[in-house]
Amino acid sequence: MKATCWMGRNTVQVQEVPDPKILNARDAIVQISSTAICGSDLHLVDGYVPSMVKGDILGHEFMGEVVEVGKGVNNLKVGDRVVVPFPIACGACTACQNEAYSLCENSNPNAWMAEELWGHSTAGIFGYSHLTGGYAGGQAEYARVPFADVGPLKVPDGMTDEQALFLSDILPTGYMGAEMCDIRPGDIVAIWGAGPVGQFAIVSAFLLGAERVIAIDRFPYRLQMAREKAGAETINYEETDVLDALKEMTGGRGPDACIDAAGLEAHGHGAAYAYDRVKQAAKLETDRPTALRQAIMACRNGGTVSIVGVYGGFVDKFPIGSVMNRSLTIKAGQTHVHRYMRPLLERIQNGEIDPTFIITHTLPLEQAPHGYELFKHKQDNCEKVVLKA
Amino acid sequence: MAIGQAQRGLENGKGQRLARALGWFSHGLGLAQLIAPSDVARLIGIKDDDDNRALLRAIGVREIVPGLAILVRPRPVGWLWARLAGDAMDLALLGAALTSKNVRRDRVAAATAAVVGVTALDVLCATRLRSGRAAVEETAPQDDTRGVEKAITVNRPPEEVYALWRDFENLPRFMLHLESVEVMGDGRSHWKAKAPAGRTVEWDAEIVDDRPNELIAWRSLEGSDVQNSGSVRFNPAPGGRGTEVRVKLQYDPPAGAVGVTVAKLFGEEPNQQLREDVYRFKQVLETGEVVRSEGSLDGARLRQRPAQPPEDATVP
Repeated sequence: MKATCWMGRNTVQVQEVPDPKILNARDAIVQISSTAICGSDLHLVDGYVPSMVKGDILGHEFMGEVVEVGKGVNNLKVGDRVVVPFPIACGACTACQNEAYSLCENSNPNAWMAEELWGHSTAGIFGYSHLTGGYAGGQAEYARVPFADVGPLKVPDGMTDEQALFLSDILPTGYMGAEMCDIRPGDIVAIWGAGPVGQFAIVSAFLLGAERVIAIDRFPYRLQMAREKAGAETINYEETDVLDALKEMTGGRGPDACIDAAGLEAHGHGAAYAYDRVKQAAKLETDRPTALRQAIMACRNGGTVSIVGVYGGFVDKFPIGSVMNRSLTIKAGQTHVHRYMRPLLERIQNGEIDPTFIITHTLPLEQAPHGYELFKHKQDNCEKVVLKA
Repeated sequence: MAIGQAQRGLENGKGQRLARALGWFSHGLGLAQLIAPSDVARLIGIKDDDDNRALLRAIGVREIVPGLAILVRPRPVGWLWARLAGDAMDLALLGAALTSKNVRRDRVAAATAAVVGVTALDVLCATRLRSGRAAVEETAPQDDTRGVEKAITVNRPPEEVYALWRDFENLPRFMLHLESVEVMGDGRSHWKAKAPAGRTVEWDAEIVDDRPNELIAWRSLEGSDVQNSGSVRFNPAPGGRGTEVRVKLQYDPPAGAVGVTVAKLFGEEPNQQLREDVYRFKQVLETGEVVRSEGSLDGARLRQRPAQPPEDATVP
């Protein structure tokens, strides 16, 4: 089959690789119809996540048709159309039973690697380095789906791929980012990053009752999408001082909740940003917390900072004094996708959410490397690339 | 060997004096950058503006932290490597400054040369102290019996967790270095383990303690090639969280060629091996089998294969 492979830093190629096989009794094989490139794929390609191996198949947002099931899978049959959550979860461990699926205790065969970096391991993730399991990803013609009796959700007839695909990751991720803000009537939510997750966080914050949502980015086309499609107010941080602007817009209080939907490659400017770029290049810190620092400083006293942008390792100059003295709450996590898929599918079905508005590019799988270029360099007003296998 | 040690001791002494000097140097430079960034900016020939002053202050903090650590620690090898990382960063910044506008190129060049010199000293010092550390470790007494311990919580009741372990024939399902365990009755069992170069090592073991749902302890019989023993305890985890499992393995590597084989048999890193084994034990109990990824086809491996479907793999 054809698959999108990581061949080294900044090198992505579509290659011919063996077709997947059932390796565990609870596996299914899915023939992929649609898959997407995620912002977190860029962290892998850019070389910020350790433990990648040349030849790794990328991709963790995918859907398609079941073509084979292992003998331990009783709820799916060949021909079912499914969307697959990006974390792999066994459904039996304590974390899964508490619906904390991205913390599954059994799905990462390389748990020891994650323990070394993070203290404890998390769930396995499709196509997302060997630190999270070394699973082949879904930017391919086929994928093996472990614990297929737990993860994949059947897509109703009449729902298009474009409507269902983002249930695999970014729609639940934006939603969980907003849910962690514990939004109350009158709340103002600020969101760093107007990429796909940021857009869905805006939509979700409104669904959860936010009074106003403010999106922060530097690309006018993304801010325009946030305003026109998601209904946010916007700040371009290259033109405006974000902290001043947020104080002004919130009557001096600061946003009640701040969502970091940017993560470890956030951009910024000035000396502090230069300092982080150099430290990151010299491996003195792995992550650039530009957005996170600002989110913390901006948040109102006693407010919540919600982190859904991906961080991998360590940051420097973390404003812990601001967090401690001002009673801030920090919540974070890889998304417990399984928990949100069904309710969000219903919201799509009844028209409350139309997730298709973020798609700017649809390409054949063979053009995945071009898709990565468009997305990484924000060419041609690229917001989200969908690949058709 | 004695001469080697003496030389290393001498090197070590020089290394420590050099380390102290570097510690004080770190301190002085760091304070200057923190307190008088404008002067430092002019000295090294870069523009004296807000951005650069902030950057210099930040670098000052970075200088002071390892500086202090080097002064207060008896053998600050790690902190010297931290200084080296800092040197690399300074060189990168100065390199960038050399090619940018608004700089006094002669002064930046001089500052770069100075940092190159300090970097050389840092390398020398860290290397000397490291060889000193090796000497200290060589003379430390060695314990012949090695032991490893691991704890894990399994989301199943103690009876079930105990039962899986109690049937020793199950052990090779999750302890990958074991080829087979044959239960012979009477508390005795015959163990066969994989050794390098396709060979196997075998021994007999007996159960020395067996308390249902609480504890199993075993040890190899007298005269085995590999003297070893193990125990596993089962305790109910609080709040209905399943069973806390604590595994302890001990083995006594014999001298000579067999000893080398045994050391390899138990893995270069017995600690690492047991850690992976207990994870697989949990997987078998909670999910029914050992979880496989494309990168780790047989469970965890230090050497990962690419995350691609294998050409051929056995279907379970």
